This record gives sequence, C-alpha cells and structure tokens, in this order.
Amino acid sequence: MNNPVITVDNVAKRFRIYHERNQSIKVALMRGRRAKFDEFWALQDIDLEIPEGKTFGLVGHNGSGKSTLLKCLAKILVPDRGDIAVRGKVSALLELGAGFHPELSGRDNVYLNGSILGLTKAEIDRKFDDIVDFAGLSAFIDTPVKNYSSGMYVRLGFSVAINVDPDILMVDEVLAVGDEEFQRRSMEKFKEFKDDGRTIVVVSHALGTMRDLCDEVAWLDHGRLQSVGKPGEVVDDYIETSHTDRDEEAAKEGRLRHGSGEIRLEDVELLVDGVPTTTVHTGDDVTFRLRYEASSDVDDAVFGLAIATLSGQNVTGPNTKDGGLRIDVRRGAGQVDLRVPRIMLLAGTYDVTVASTDSTLTHTFDHQKNLFRFDVLAGQPTDRFGIVSLGGTWQSNGVQHG
Amino acid sequence: MYRLRRHRPDQRARSKQERNPLLGLLTDTREVYKSRELLHNLTLRELRGKYKGTALGWAWSLINPLATTAIFTIVFSTVMRVNPPVGVNGLHNYSLFLLCGLLTWNFMAGAFQTGMGSLVANGNLIKKTYFPRRLLVISNVAAAFVSYAIEMLVLIVIFLAFRVNVLPYVPVIFLVMVLLGVFALALALMLSVVNVYFRDIAHFVTLFMQLWFYATPIIYPITLIEDVRGSGSWADKLHLVDIYQLNPMVGFVESIRDMMYAGHLPDWKPIAYCLVVTVILLWIGNRVFGRMEKRLAEEL
Repeated sequence: MNNPVITVDNVAKRFRIYHERNQSIKVALMRGRRAKFDEFWALQDIDLEIPEGKTFGLVGHNGSGKSTLLKCLAKILVPDRGDIAVRGKVSALLELGAGFHPELSGRDNVYLNGSILGLTKAEIDRKFDDIVDFAGLSAFIDTPVKNYSSGMYVRLGFSVAINVDPDILMVDEVLAVGDEEFQRRSMEKFKEFKDDGRTIVVVSHALGTMRDLCDEVAWLDHGRLQSVGKPGEVVDDYIETSHTDRDEEAAKEGRLRHGSGEIRLEDVELLVDGVPTTTVHTGDDVTFRLRYEASSDVDDAVFGLAIATLSGQNVTGPNTKDGGLRIDVRRGAGQVDLRVPRIMLLAGTYDVTVASTDSTLTHTFDHQKNLFRFDVLAGQPTDRFGIVSLGGTWQSNGVQHG
Repeated sequence: MYRLRRHRPDQRARSKQERNPLLGLLTDTREVYKSRELLHNLTLRELRGKYKGTALGWAWSLINPLATTAIFTIVFSTVMRVNPPVGVNGLHNYSLFLLCGLLTWNFMAGAFQTGMGSLVANGNLIKKTYFPRRLLVISNVAAAFVSYAIEMLVLIVIFLAFRVNVLPYVPVIFLVMVLLGVFALALALMLSVVNVYFRDIAHFVTLFMQLWFYATPIIYPITLIEDVRGSGSWADKLHLVDIYQLNPMVGFVESIRDMMYAGHLPDWKPIAYCLVVTVILLWIGNRVFGRMEKRLAEEL
C-alpha cells in the first residue's frame, strides 16, 4: 500500500452522445457549430491507488464506467479532469490481436503487434519462440493470419500480449474467450504473473473469478466509485445491490416469469439447520424449500429448480419427477423441499431458477428465472477450481504422510 | 485508502511544454523517434500489405505511373500538341518531361491522402491499444516515400539511358524529395484528425486535388503560365499568375524538373519558399493533431 504503481487523482471522463451523428461540414456550418450532443459523465471523482504487486479488480454493471476507467489507465482515453500517474511498463489486453494485418503472416504480425505493445525488435527476437510455442502455432507461423481460425487468432494475440513482460497488465474480459484449454492456460499465466509480484488490473463480470483472483476490488456504479476493499466484501455488496436492481428490472419487463398460473411459485428458501440463509459453505447439509400457491387441484404436478452460475452456466437442474416423487397438488398453499446432504458447489455465486409443470414437463404452470441468489463460501471439500467438487479422496501407494 | 500525494514533476513538466509551442514540436519529434521501431514496423505493414495478394505485386507501383505517362503523352503531346521545353543536351521528350512532375505529384497526393485516411482506417487499433497516434500518419507517408524513391531510381536509370547524367544532382534531388515528404506529412497530420470528425473532408480533398493537379505545372510547361502575364486576358487581370506562384507544388515540381530534365540546379528562392511553407504547415498540422488526438478513441 505504501507503493502505488497507479495513482488516479480526481479523474472524470465525459462522453458525447450525438443525437444525429452528422459528420458533415455542410450541416455543421449551417448550425454554426458541430453536431448537437449531450454530455454524459462516464466517470466522476475517481480517486484510487493501486498498490504494486497486487491484483486489482473492477466490478460494476454494464455502463458503470469500469472499462472506461481501464482505458484511461491504459492511456487510450484521456480524462477530462484529474491526473493518472502510472509507473512501469503497461500491457493492455483489451482485444486480442488488435492490429493484426490479415494479409501478413503470423510471424510479421508478431513483430508488428509486439512493437505496438512496446517491445524492441531484439526483445521480440528473443521471445519469438516462446510466443509461438505458447500459442501452439509453430506450423502456421508463416501463413497469413487471414487464414487462421478465430481461436488461432486469439491465441496468437494473447501469446504476444502476455509475453510483453509488463510491470502492469490490464485485462478486460479477455479471460472469457477461447476454448477451455486456452482459458486454463491463460489463468495459469495470470497466476504466474501474480507470483512474480506484478500488478494486474482486471475488469470482469465473472465475479467468482474476481473473488478468487483479486487482492482488492473496486466497485463502480454509474461512473462513481462505490467502494474499494477486500474482494469478498465488495463483491458481496455489489451482488446484493445488483440483485435487487435486477429483480426490479425483471419485474418491469416481466420477461423472466411465464406460465399458465395454476400453481404459482411464491418463493425459494435455502435452509441450513432449518434456518433460512443466503450463504452456505461447500459440503453443508442444505435444503431448498419451494413455496407455492395453487389456484386449483392438479394431479401429478412436477416441481424443479435449476442452479446456474452468474455467467449463465447451468450446474444442475433436478426435478421431482426425475427424483421419483409424485405430487398431487391440492388447492391452497404448500411447499416442496429438496434436501442436499452435502452441497458440492464450490465457492461462488449462484442463481436459482424455479418451475412447476404438468407431468409431461411440457406445460408450464409457473417459471421464474433467477428467483433466488445465494453464495457459496469455501468449506469441505476444499477444492478450488471450477464449479463443483467431486468429493473424492486421494490415495497413493507412495509414502504417505498425515 | 486515500492520501495526500506529492506533486509529480513529470506532469508539471508536460504542461510547461504545452505552453511553449515550438518546444512541443520537438517533444513530439522525440516521442516519434523513441518509437522508431514501431514506425518501422507500421511502415513495413503498409508496404507489404499494399500489393499483397496481387500477381504483379510491387511492379504495380511502376506500371501505374508508366501507364499514366503513356496515356498523357498520347493525349497531350500527340493529340493536343503540348510542346515540352528543350532540356539538357537538346533533350526534347514529353514523356520524360511529364514523368518528373507526375511521379512527384503522385507521391505528394498519395502520401497526403492515405496519411489523411490512416486514422479512420486504423480505428480499431486506436480504440484498443496505446501508442503515439502520429505514427499511423507518418508510417503511411513513409511507405509512400519508399515507393516514390524506387520510382525515382527507375526514372534516373531512364534518364541515364537517354544519356542525361543526373547523378551529380541526386543528393539535392533527394533533399527536395524529403522536404516534399514533410510537406505531405504536414497536410496529412492536419487533416487526418479533422477527417475523423468530418468524414466528408476526404471527398472534398479528392475534388481539391484535381484542381491542384492542374494548378501545378505537371502536364504543361510553366512557361505557358508565364505567357499569360501581360497578355491582357481575364486571367491576367485577376492576377491568377501571381496566385499560381503561391502554390508550393510549383516550386517542388520545378526544382525536381530543373535538376533532371533541364540539367541545372534550381533557383534557391522557390525552394526557400517551399521550406518556409512546409515548416509553418508542419507546425500548424502538429498542433492541430495534438489538440484533437485526445478524443480519437471515442470519436472513431
């Protein structure tokens, strides 16, 4: 904390929103000035210090200004007010392979891209083999990049950017590109970076990753700094607020709920030891409780819930039919429980979607997307990567300790 | 979390430079010099990308002016009977006369116009990466200069084949070429940023270039213009000849032509005029660029 590499001092950035985008002199002359525009402050009163060697995350809604701030740090945008001081060599991964020339070979593009990112020719010469190996493109390095698949393109772009050896790495959502293998390798590379004591500034919607990766997180809302602090706390605050926001938005749009309405699902509770909660630990004995209100008798109704990550990846979707439970619903209120003796979800935030249908699962009485959100904190098992634990135990025929 | 921060000397220094405009040009030049490897790579990208995928490749950069020369020679020399002046050693050849001016004009026009469009063409690069934005304009002008230099080399060989020894003038020719390059750069810098805000500048420039082409002694000898003076025609009364002389391209084209076709060193006055105009334009162009480049990433 004594040694900030990036100091952001009272920074504000204003964008112009053009009503009619007329890039024509005639119109400009007739109006006397340029096209009419509204001003909109994308960032206001931002004060930040990013300490050396830490991984610093920026979270917020779309349009909260987090990418704008990152671009200001990377000198791509110039703030209208305030100062930004950056100490050290910066490499910004805003778009992989930006500046590749399609007609040129991979080799030429490595040199071109490398020099855009600030490498000298001698440095690229030295790193060339590493770059090509990491991208796994040795066989295609003299092919024009226009013939590359999008995956190859991105891999080469990432490989150049990561080999720039920056003091500060700025990343905007690029972790979400490429296949599983590529994502795994980029994560490894980031961990390596962290271990080398370099500073990383990362913008992402993958809150689970942010929690895991960052040492400190700043939450931006409508261009203002909401809070800065430990990733767990800031991300939780952010999730809580965005959850209510989202519910209101969803209610307004009415898009997230549909169904014919004979059995209306009222709410979902998550119980640990019979007590409702929104936070559980991996391995806890939990119960999901669905409360419903039926307006008529329905024989053989099916209840189900689906658990998904914030990025929308479905984890599982159990229902009473698959679970072998036949329920004849009688008019009035009722409840259905799903007991999970050991919840195997790993640390992260999850959304619960609920539904009630007829026995064929084709006619929907009620379906509510993301009705409930809960957090899982690390527990037992202590696995760290991915979404679920397999709950396995390790054994070896070597010498075992403990 | 927040604490009082000491003054940062580098930022104070920068604002001081902004106050001194002449120093600004020097700082910008130094910044460009520091990024010369990137400039080199961007220039190579322009050069390699230009004819990539064509069967004739680089030959196009020679075929184009030669074809134009053939057409113009037929139209202006054979059909319209424009009489080229008699050059060194009794040289009397319209095509050679034309090429001196045409190559020079083509370079200036090409460098200026591609340089001017370079920011719009590389919008994605500007929005996603940081590097001195000037390099995009400079690399386009530099790439055009490389083609120009090759074309001029070929022209020198052609002159040698016509037994005109232009070799003693090559250093001066080169200096004039470089000055012309800076001239084109100055225009391109100035209008490249403006072009981002008003896209129809590019169309306007295309129109203006036509006028400029005919207002420069490329297809006709300058003596025809001087004949207008004192002729009592409407053009003479409007002092069009004096206005004509203000065109710096007259000095550039005539200087190159003096050394190659006429076989003597050019008058120093038009060159001095070109130099002064170029320096002033470069200063203005660089300032305009510096003021408007800040919003590039969001306007593109």
